[in-house]
Amino acid sequence: MSTVAEERNARAPWALTAPALILFVGVLLIPLAMTVMLSFHDWGQYKGIEPVFILKNWKEIATDPYYAEMFWRTFRIAILTTLLTALFGAPEAYILNRMSGRWKSIFLLVILGPLLISVVARTLGWALLFGGNNGLVNKLLMSLGVIRSPIPFMFTETGMVVALAHVMMPFMVLSVWAALQRLDPQIENAAMSLGAGSITIIRRIIMPQIMPGVLSGAIIVFSLSASAFATPAIIGGRRLKVAATLAYDEFLNTLNWPLGAAVATLLLVALVLIVIGSNALIERRYAEVFR
Amino acid sequence: MAFLELDRVAKQFGAQTVVDDFSLAVRKGEFISFLGPSGCGKTTTLQMIAGFLDPTRGAIRLEDKDLIAIHPAKRGLGIVFQSYALFPHMTAAENVAFGLEMRNVPRTERAERVRAALAMVGLAGYEDRHPRRMSGGQQQRVALARALVIQPSVLLLDEPLSNLDAKLREEMQIELRQIQRTIGTTTILVTHDQNEAMSLSDRIVVMSQGKIEQIGSPQDTYERPASAFVSQFLGKTNDFAGTIDRTGTPAQLTAGSWSGPAPAGLNGPVTMSIRPERIGFGDAGLSARIVTRIFQGNHWLFQCESECGSAIVIRQNDGKPQPVEGEAVRLTWRPEDMSVRARTVA
Repeated sequence: MSTVAEERNARAPWALTAPALILFVGVLLIPLAMTVMLSFHDWGQYKGIEPVFILKNWKEIATDPYYAEMFWRTFRIAILTTLLTALFGAPEAYILNRMSGRWKSIFLLVILGPLLISVVARTLGWALLFGGNNGLVNKLLMSLGVIRSPIPFMFTETGMVVALAHVMMPFMVLSVWAALQRLDPQIENAAMSLGAGSITIIRRIIMPQIMPGVLSGAIIVFSLSASAFATPAIIGGRRLKVAATLAYDEFLNTLNWPLGAAVATLLLVALVLIVIGSNALIERRYAEVFR
Repeated sequence: MAFLELDRVAKQFGAQTVVDDFSLAVRKGEFISFLGPSGCGKTTTLQMIAGFLDPTRGAIRLEDKDLIAIHPAKRGLGIVFQSYALFPHMTAAENVAFGLEMRNVPRTERAERVRAALAMVGLAGYEDRHPRRMSGGQQQRVALARALVIQPSVLLLDEPLSNLDAKLREEMQIELRQIQRTIGTTTILVTHDQNEAMSLSDRIVVMSQGKIEQIGSPQDTYERPASAFVSQFLGKTNDFAGTIDRTGTPAQLTAGSWSGPAPAGLNGPVTMSIRPERIGFGDAGLSARIVTRIFQGNHWLFQCESECGSAIVIRQNDGKPQPVEGEAVRLTWRPEDMSVRARTVA
């Protein structure tokens, strides 16, 4: 009797998760597996995709320095974006947390508001402000005589980093904010009563405790920046490609699906490794704070 | 001479007065409790001494120096918070050492003092533990060691025991008292627990709605409450309406069928407060009927309905037979066991 009941109990979780599991497998795992398989297929200008198993695409990525440069640029942009969001987002969250009731809600809305607007619209905003000779800010500064030629922004890595940091900022602020919520509200008073000044309090008491928040925010921002498409596509265009825009071009312009699939797969694998690795590192380092 | 002096201190938040006209002189080495219900302003007063809040009016002096002018970080007071506010990313020893580090105490002396402080609170051997891996009682001890290691001029305790269970709280009360006696630090404890205030302090400051109701020794405030609030807040009490008649000699105080000599200085309607354990059953006195009788081991608790309203009586369980529920009794007490206040008739 008991074994029947146990068997039924063992089956229940599978039955209950089946709908979600089917969806997950159907729309995520299968297309993913097909993409990985696609990356091993052959492609030619006139013959199209040939379902064979060759390493041509992978060899091309490994040997052609163009791809190495492009991947290096992708991660360089992601790292710089992450640093920029941490540099501004962490103090932003700290200041926000110290605000009183009404101001706090207003500024929280200001920070989260951009999430309601499309990334494309937000990035185009940057393009309108700094886009070459017609950019609003460039025009203004040039007419005032502050600058002779427009500030280079479009098709530059700096422009991409700035625009991405703007797009990603809410994720960092929210993550640090969550860590700040866990702080004992009296902890700053405790440190002050022991003789610590405000800089010491931030450096020795607050920073170590919100570091896990900064780092988990960094993981989110880094992985989203490295795989971002809209912002690099608008700011960088064809001239300054990153992994995501390159994969897109291979798929839709060159129609070399297998090569695009290989680029996409490599980006995915690299990201997964980096995220899992740094997450394990953070959890080990900050075990006491996470508890 | 007063060691720590609060002179007509007041705190307002907008139009709301949280603390008003608070004056107190604390002697060196004294253990003072601020006792009152939540929202009575006791924590606000403590925070003003600590410097986390600035008083709206009044002065706070420590050894005749103006304390308000000194930055909280420079006041050199030891504070134990209700939540302990330990630094979770530091070990117990690092927590305790933090204050010494801020004072630039040399490394070897620092280590020695940290070790001694942790040993004093009974945590020798726990130096390398992180707070989150310690029990509530142990965290409480770390917080105490951290506050005491800097040899504060005044130790401020903000409801430090309220997060502990009853048994542990009692243990910590005894230990806290012993430590305070040994090192002789002037201590101010904020609490809403009357037992805690009575068992620990030299003097109790009973507060209600931002005002001081009474300052006195635990025994004083319990036996001779200065107001209805104090008698209600400190333990259980019976309030009976009585009348003083000064036409005859000697003047008589009567409440229902109880009567006795009237205390000096009062006339007309009065309120009499008598502690439940001071009321006995006798042949004459206030007539009453036992409504419920509850056995509590070492004593009996009687709920009575008397001529002057409901009354509680506590009798020692001395083995003698006690009245049963429904029985008619007479309640008596010695005149010196009651405190009498003027009563305003509505």
